[in-house]
Amino acid sequence: MDQQTLSLLVVGATFALYIGIAIWARAGSTSEFYVAGRGVNPIANGMATAADWMSAASFISMAGLIAFLGFTGGAYLMGWTGGYVLMALLLAPYLRKFGKFTVPEFIGDRFYSKVARVVAVISLLAMSITYVIGQMRGVGIAFSNILEVPLAIGLISGMAVVFIYAVLGGMKGITYTQIAQYVIMIFAYTVPAVFISLTLTGQVFPQIGLGSTLQGQDTYLLEALDQTMVDLGFTMYTATEGGMSMLNMFLLTMALMIGTAGLPHVIIRFFTVPRVRDARKSAGWALVFIGILYTTAPAVGAMAIWNLVNTVHPGEIGTEEGHLAYEDKPAWMERWEQTGLLAFEDKNEDGRMQYYNDANEEFAAMAEEEYGWEGSEIVTLDRDIMVLANPEIAGLPGWVIALVAAGGIAAALSTAAGLLLAISSAISHDLLKGVFMPRISERNELLAGRIAMAGAILFAGYLGLNPPGFAAEVVALAFGLAAASLFPTLMMGIFMKKMNKEGAIAGMLVGLVTTLLYIFTYKGWFFFSGTAMLPDTEEYWLFGVNPTGFGAIGAVFNFVAAYIVMKLTKEPPQHIQELVESVRVPRTDNPS
Amino acid sequence: MSQEDLSRQAYWREHLRLLAICLAVWFLVSFGLGIILAAPLNAFSIGGYPLGFWFAQQGAIYTFIILIFVYAWRMNVLDRKYNVHEE
Repeated sequence: MDQQTLSLLVVGATFALYIGIAIWARAGSTSEFYVAGRGVNPIANGMATAADWMSAASFISMAGLIAFLGFTGGAYLMGWTGGYVLMALLLAPYLRKFGKFTVPEFIGDRFYSKVARVVAVISLLAMSITYVIGQMRGVGIAFSNILEVPLAIGLISGMAVVFIYAVLGGMKGITYTQIAQYVIMIFAYTVPAVFISLTLTGQVFPQIGLGSTLQGQDTYLLEALDQTMVDLGFTMYTATEGGMSMLNMFLLTMALMIGTAGLPHVIIRFFTVPRVRDARKSAGWALVFIGILYTTAPAVGAMAIWNLVNTVHPGEIGTEEGHLAYEDKPAWMERWEQTGLLAFEDKNEDGRMQYYNDANEEFAAMAEEEYGWEGSEIVTLDRDIMVLANPEIAGLPGWVIALVAAGGIAAALSTAAGLLLAISSAISHDLLKGVFMPRISERNELLAGRIAMAGAILFAGYLGLNPPGFAAEVVALAFGLAAASLFPTLMMGIFMKKMNKEGAIAGMLVGLVTTLLYIFTYKGWFFFSGTAMLPDTEEYWLFGVNPTGFGAIGAVFNFVAAYIVMKLTKEPPQHIQELVESVRVPRTDNPS
Repeated sequence: MSQEDLSRQAYWREHLRLLAICLAVWFLVSFGLGIILAAPLNAFSIGGYPLGFWFAQQGAIYTFIILIFVYAWRMNVLDRKYNVHEE
């Protein structure tokens, strides 16, 4: 059986599994549709949360990102995990106690204002829709690059499967599919990592392998990698200099943490557990399941760059045998060249490959004089290759390659389904029932939820087929908005009893507008290329702040604006202050 | 102020103190050891990992996981102490 047939069989089997789950877990009530009837076991919910949270970006792109950033790549690792501490300590248990269906619903009730609820819905829709575009791109990459199936066919079959289990099952169907998707995803991620770790270091666990000596040598892997990077004109892999500045690493980590904690599609997962104490524990389990992938990713990244550099430079750098001859190029390189994600150019026409940091002028001048190099010859190197081509680089069997394809698709579909539920519940529950048709019957609301879900899927599918050119940047926007608008407002709603509706609305708008303005200034208005007002480089950034990390500052603006406006306006009514008192304790019918 | 209100307030104060401790640890392992102090910490190592690098790419995540479970456990104790626990 050839590779493509095998891969399609494995992916097809996972699709059949998701549909099977959908038929078993149909939703019969709005409670089942929005929050899976609040009957999900906390450990199961932790696993579903992990799949919901870990997107195509986590699965496909993160390890490659770390591979090229080295030490500062830790901003993504800490940022995307540390947010769960904030969620478990500052949001999830109280919102679960509140006991409603959506995040805007809490904001609307707590700030006794339909305006606040609508502003929250707008933030939610903006971030969820931008985020869903990234997932569709992930599905596209997995289908067209690994499975060699035309993008449209792959995307439509993926959307059809989501359609079946999300529209039929709502949160209930999504939850149980996400559990299956987590298992597939984590297996697909760790199996190649374990094989590669074994080959390079003899250690089974990649987390230990990365800190071990190379197989049959006394040198540590990271030490050898540091030396190799320096020999090629890069900065040391583990060193703190190079990559981003300390300020930007700090801000990016903070923005990703509070952004993660403020993502509505993740928060609503904690509405599905039976009790407040389950919400706390479930966040811990979610982070265990996420941590398995996130502590493996640094090893995958470092080992992938090590394998790549050593394939290109099998011997001493600068000597003839030290460089791979183009005619000996391994098959995986040729295959990935066809996808356009990898490209070479023999600039000095010596028939051998050189990969080095030609942006380092001093090193490039030295290399030209000493070695006769005329520029780095890997002219395109997409970071997504680091995970997708990993099994081929390590020479692993065909079923592992098939598994990675199924894992990438599982990661993208599970996150897309969670986002689609957040979108459809915001429309059917917050806008329709909450604002426009308060008298709608449960049966009709459920129907409206299903129609909204179907509409959202079609819209996401359309965006996947006609991706706006800015797919990569929008993720920064989603996190910036979550960090600057939703997180501070939710937190103040719980921890500041006197926070009133005027303060909350002012804070949300200030956070939203400053973050949007700052990002659009450098990335272009609504991301249209050519409309950026300043170049997106460090010397033009205000106080050197990268737009990606601006959400942390937008959050501070939100807090400050809310506080000032609160002081100038009248305090919230008594029953709202009592509501805040009641969400702070797990059980309020205290008999004493 | 009723007995119940006083006990509520005491519960919330103890809870805030626990939150402050947990958040201090959260900040220390990530922003402290993993970013601000990472350069000097890299002079030390744990296995083949420079220490600052280890905190940024491994240690902070392990600490976060332990932190959430410790918080959940301490909160269960606190809920019982003030008789606000669920069945």
